[in-house]
Amino acid sequence: MKMSGAQMICEAIIAEGIKTVFGYPGGAIMNVYDEIYKQNKFEHILTRHEQAAVHAADGYARASGEVGVAMVTSGPGFTNAVTGIATAYTDSIPLVVISGQVPLSLIGTDGFQEIDAVGISRSCTKHNYLVRTLEELPRVLKEAFYIARSGRPGPVLVDVPKDITGEIGEFFYPSEVNLPSYKPNYKGNNRQIHKAAKAILEAKKPLLYIGGGAVLSGAAEIVRELAWMTQIPAVETLMSRGVMGAKNPLLLGMLGMHGNYASNMAMSETDLVISLGARFDDRVTGKLSEFAKYADVIHVDIDPANIAKLVDVDYPIVGDIKTVVEKLIPLLKEEIRTERYQVWRDILGRYDELHPLLYNDSDEVIKPQWAIERLGELVGEQAIITSDVGQHQMWAAQFYPFDRPNQWINSGGLGTMGFGFPAAIGAKKAVPEKTVINITGDGSILMNVQELVTAAEHRIPVINVILNNHFLGMVRQWQTFFYDKRYSETDLSYQPNWKMLAEACGGIGYDVTTKEEFDAAIKDAIAQDKVAFVNVAIARLENVLPMVPSGGALYNMLLEHKEEK
Amino acid sequence: MEAVRRVISVVVLNEAQVLARVSGLFAARGYNIESLTVAPIPETDMSRITIVTKGNKRVIEQITKQLHKLIPTFKVIEHEEMVEKELALIKFPIEESLSDIQVLCQAYNGGIANVGEKMVIGMVTDEPARVKHFIEAAKRYSPIEIVRGGVVAIER
Repeated sequence: MKMSGAQMICEAIIAEGIKTVFGYPGGAIMNVYDEIYKQNKFEHILTRHEQAAVHAADGYARASGEVGVAMVTSGPGFTNAVTGIATAYTDSIPLVVISGQVPLSLIGTDGFQEIDAVGISRSCTKHNYLVRTLEELPRVLKEAFYIARSGRPGPVLVDVPKDITGEIGEFFYPSEVNLPSYKPNYKGNNRQIHKAAKAILEAKKPLLYIGGGAVLSGAAEIVRELAWMTQIPAVETLMSRGVMGAKNPLLLGMLGMHGNYASNMAMSETDLVISLGARFDDRVTGKLSEFAKYADVIHVDIDPANIAKLVDVDYPIVGDIKTVVEKLIPLLKEEIRTERYQVWRDILGRYDELHPLLYNDSDEVIKPQWAIERLGELVGEQAIITSDVGQHQMWAAQFYPFDRPNQWINSGGLGTMGFGFPAAIGAKKAVPEKTVINITGDGSILMNVQELVTAAEHRIPVINVILNNHFLGMVRQWQTFFYDKRYSETDLSYQPNWKMLAEACGGIGYDVTTKEEFDAAIKDAIAQDKVAFVNVAIARLENVLPMVPSGGALYNMLLEHKEEK
Repeated sequence: MEAVRRVISVVVLNEAQVLARVSGLFAARGYNIESLTVAPIPETDMSRITIVTKGNKRVIEQITKQLHKLIPTFKVIEHEEMVEKELALIKFPIEESLSDIQVLCQAYNGGIANVGEKMVIGMVTDEPARVKHFIEAAKRYSPIEIVRGGVVAIER
């Protein structure tokens, strides 16, 4: 069938089953937008900034497990998208980003809105393409979707010059890709899996260390089964909250810089780390030489480059978490003696009794941890929670009762402020039947606040709970601990009127200072079916604890909550 | 961990951007490149990139894994038993002893490549360490310009 390059792009999006595309038009991508206008197979959401378009596609991908698609123009359209692309790259999120480019004849001439998109994005995409002929466009699009979702997922950029989207040619969308140099290994080496099973049976203090790969692989159910069958305790990373389920008695909690005592002590004392899709990030390990010092390491990861990157690994297994755990379970089933680990579980239970994850609640002021817990009681499993970056993100990860994977959406690797609101918009488009709440701070929310207009226009009722301490809280916390309370540029006392800001854009706003008001605002916001700001005045100098100071050993935690004036 | 020298060959799809992907990887992750040569592999749509690098065991392992991760990469060979050769060209003033230069070049598997009105160009092809020795030895003949070709290697 003959059609334009622009039409081919739309046809590929339809063929890939994408329901919603997020984007922002401009000169070099106009041919494609003209075709979007003419079709009705997928919806396009006009964000008010390209960065937000990519974050929205990212939120869509994380909530649905499908590929997210964003579309931007050349030059500044593309450069605005870079932060979004890098965010998805660091968290291994499958995206296809289509960017317009100046016509082929103008490439290299410093044309209007020309920038080297493939050059700039090379180190923050899984792969990228500058399309040079119309003939290769269908193949490139097919490959882009395939590469984005297969193996270790990630964002793929397709940069398309304007003359190619305008040109007419024959369209045939390939049903399969032919990429002999790219063959991800899902299966895992059987001999290594056998060895790992033996190590588990021989260990006295094994520990499941569950990372974001378990979410991406859709392995939550099988990982829970593994834990339940073996009765091996588990810790989750920031990226895997929800995999084990908050009520799971085998879940010790989150580990790392703001992990709870039992989790970090478990990692410090275990004799066998069973890493499932985690990548030993510095925020998890603390001081590397002290990390899991007494343990052998089983590392299951689909990306061989993640294995033995930071710690020595005794049982490397390259493969998909779900597939490998499915093979592991029958090898353990007959021989496992769960009582073998009873002493270990008892020790960890005592650690948790000694220093549970706690906070000092107050009747005078809302504590952020209370707000999160309360939110969990009010919406719980029914909600998808996104977050921005900072103290609120850590409190959410610590105190929200996440019950399932894909319920918790945050920028863990890159730590992108401004991620939460547009990601919530994308998540709501992907899973409209869920309540979507962005837990944010008074710093982060302003970094993509223009999306109020997007959400209001398209009637995407996401609720932004702003935990407002009039500070850039996490930086302020570090200044308190490590910079002698010199609060350099972190005081955010000057603020907009949040309620009026939300309402000016067509949303609804609430100012909350008491627990009663908090309940009322959340319930009303859910009932209103409008984009909402719930501005919650919280204890100003509350710190995120426990804390492992940067570069310190995991077992050296600051645990005390000192009330500050 | 001790830093070791390694020769790594990368077989890649011969397409736009591929050299930038490989060299960009080294730049972005702070790996060291001592030399890099690239040429198409005859009668295929592939190219072979030979890289000499330095790093400890963990770094070298990461380099090979990260190279392999690039979508257009077919094969990464971390050479152990190899024949490696490097070409060098040296320009000398015509006033220097031609026969001396010729004998010197011959000692390093080369000879006189070109003679002009004002200069003579010697060429050698040898192991990189020996090419270094040759350059040392050539110093007494007042070399005007030295060009090294970078290492190519083939597994035995």
